[in-house]
Amino acid sequence: MRAGTPRQVLRAPHPLLSAVAEPVDPTAPEVVSAAADLLATLRRETSTTGLAAPQIGLSWRLIAFDTRLHPRSRSWAGELVLANPRLARAAHWDPGREGCASIAGLTADVLRASRITVHGHLPGTGETVTIEADAFEARCIQHQLDHLDGLLFLDRVPGALSLHRRLHSCDA
Amino acid sequence: MGLSAVTVLGVDRPGVIATVTGSLADCGANIQDSTMTLLGGHVAMMLLVSGELDSAELLKRLCAPDVVVTASAIDARRHFCEEGDGLAYVLTVHGPDRPGIISAISAVLAEDGGNITGMSTRLTGRLYVLIADVELPKEVDVAALMRRLAAVGAALDSDITFRPVESDLL
Repeated sequence: MRAGTPRQVLRAPHPLLSAVAEPVDPTAPEVVSAAADLLATLRRETSTTGLAAPQIGLSWRLIAFDTRLHPRSRSWAGELVLANPRLARAAHWDPGREGCASIAGLTADVLRASRITVHGHLPGTGETVTIEADAFEARCIQHQLDHLDGLLFLDRVPGALSLHRRLHSCDA
Repeated sequence: MGLSAVTVLGVDRPGVIATVTGSLADCGANIQDSTMTLLGGHVAMMLLVSGELDSAELLKRLCAPDVVVTASAIDARRHFCEEGDGLAYVLTVHGPDRPGIISAISAVLAEDGGNITGMSTRLTGRLYVLIADVELPKEVDVAALMRRLAAVGAALDSDITFRPVESDLL
């Protein structure tokens, strides 16, 4: 995959962050190019561990993630871009405080599965891959999958007292 | 036994809570329910205290010029220490900031007898976020209510989710 060009990360409120993203052909040149841009943007945004294409202005079902450096990571699938990712299994639900590169200054306690199986395609070859993720990587992937369905972590806040100003570091 | 509502507002600094609650203890007041948060760099706290609270005595003991405290005798009200028998929901609203969001949303809930039992709102940049705990009467047509909330949300250019609370009694 060619080196991509970092793009601006959209901030909420923005209509693209509330829209359901479209499936893509993972072998299409424009999709491969977008995947490279998504990865380049993720590498530039060092405070976050994942991004979804709508966050860089593309309403396509593409996500990128790399949780290697996060202290609560256990599984690590690598630095990956997945096209048309699909959650096949989710188990062991745990609360955790998370934020988002598209929402400055807020965090919330969100219930996520800590063991998941995700199917998707690699941009370029179109190869089908299956990711078994747990702990923080599972949370990160589910956060990105929500973006593809037009959901923010705010839509999963379990109660009025679970929304917080970001006064310290959290899972982003 | 008397019941008093105490409100606390002051500049956020370490020790504010210790100072206020220490003064309450010195006055013989027992803290029952309380909530505290930071609002724009200010500490905001509300407490329900039992015991014979003399507000003049409390203010005299407090000795904290950067904290505004009020105390009022109140009567115990419905729901206090009782479990509600309605349907518990969580409402999320997020979108561009504008005047009237809370009033528009809360009016829709009130039309169906919905009671907001907790609420947080935050403004960050252009984004306004409202999260509310809502108790609905059992007879409410929730699907119809959700349609009305969605319509109001669309008029406000805001996204709304309204979902039941999933609580497990163990």
